Amino acid sequence: MTRKDLLGIEELGREEILEILDTADSFHEIATRPIKKVPTLRGRTVINFFLEASTRTRTSFEIAGKRLSADVINISPSASSLSKGETLIDTARTLDAMAAECVIIRHNMAGAPHTIARLSSSRIVNGGDGAHEHPTQALLDALTIRQRKGRLDGLKVAIVGDIAHSRVARSNARLLTKLGSEVWLCGAPTLLPPSLDGMVSENRHLLRATSRMDEALDGADVIMMLRIQFERMSEPRFPSIREYCRYFGLTRERVARAGSDVIVMHPGPINRGVEIASEVADGPFSVILNQVSAGVAVRMAVLYLLLGA
Amino acid sequence: MSAADVGATLDKMADAVVEANRGREVVLLGIQRRGVPMARRMAARIGRIQAAPAIGTLDINLYRDDLTRVASQPVVRKTEVPVNIDDKDVVLVDDVLYTGRTIRAALEALCDFGRMRTIQLAVLVDRGHRELPIEANFIGRKLATKDNEVVEVKLTEIDGEDAIDVMEIT
Repeated sequence: MTRKDLLGIEELGREEILEILDTADSFHEIATRPIKKVPTLRGRTVINFFLEASTRTRTSFEIAGKRLSADVINISPSASSLSKGETLIDTARTLDAMAAECVIIRHNMAGAPHTIARLSSSRIVNGGDGAHEHPTQALLDALTIRQRKGRLDGLKVAIVGDIAHSRVARSNARLLTKLGSEVWLCGAPTLLPPSLDGMVSENRHLLRATSRMDEALDGADVIMMLRIQFERMSEPRFPSIREYCRYFGLTRERVARAGSDVIVMHPGPINRGVEIASEVADGPFSVILNQVSAGVAVRMAVLYLLLGA
Repeated sequence: MSAADVGATLDKMADAVVEANRGREVVLLGIQRRGVPMARRMAARIGRIQAAPAIGTLDINLYRDDLTRVASQPVVRKTEVPVNIDDKDVVLVDDVLYTGRTIRAALEALCDFGRMRTIQLAVLVDRGHRELPIEANFIGRKLATKDNEVVEVKLTEIDGEDAIDVMEIT
């Protein structure tokens, strides 16, 4: 990979995406070894700079870095000087002066990692910026799908839930349409973006939206459920959780509308009984925990491809 | 070296591995990429005489000492080591032995998989110019080469033909 930073799926070409997925496939094996560590990034420093709550992604990057022998440092919101009034730009300059080779940034403002990337000579990885992008999540989802289905092109993928506030939906829609999957975005009209134009830059015809869950699930190869992001809503977007659940909750009956070898995914954290029934989350079609393992492999691949040469 | 020579040489190397490891269970580990089909062929040859040995693949790129120096980033391929190689006799298989740095990396990689009884080395071509104290146990062909020459091993599985070419880089 020749780019300095990984900021979004938008700027990645098909070949780059496949290079990351193929490399991640090779890294999977390291997790099965008695000693789960290779010396590749010895002496390199990776800073996890997470200004928004995160357990899964931060831990996943931390494990990925440590398995590659990098020194990993975590900065959390309460520990950071941003809470003492420092601007993002000053923080970026400070991080840069520490000469860490790589900084993973999660921020509640779309574009924050891009701003820091322009100011910093460190390699910047977007760990999620507002409702904009979450590239490593889309990559790990694609890896999970490819491991189960053997391909990405020609699949029907239904992404159901709070689409409007979801960087996961955005990054996934971009990645999957680039690689030839048909993506159905499904949610209450108030939870869908006002327009799909501009969401993807190529293969626009592969992106569809609907508020009828049955239409999205019909014959689907992959169902991806999303959490409702109450924290990003300034006002309620639907009458009640019970009503939401009735129209958009994934139950066993609804799973039956999809293909017989459908896989059910969720980026987590899951809200049992809201967007997904427990029996589905723990059921035979669920690959939710496979996604977590794929996450470590994908993040190792990203760190290796950015820092390994 | 021609196609028939490559085949016959691999057979001889396989026979030598059997001879040197009588009564022991060997595991053949092919170093990505051309060591992999070599290990497969040697295992098949051994399988005609006795029980075929377990085989595996090893990618050493994560253990290279020159990652920051190589011009283009190496592609990391699959490592698949049989379940338990603790206390086994492991034969590393590679196409060309040159500086010895690949083998050093392979030895470091293997340390993460346990403690083998022995680690042996089989190479199709030993072209000299070692930079580390490493020697092979089984050598298909020794070639006296110059520093500005490249030894290219071709195998049917990857290159469509078996051959060994020595070329001068200008």
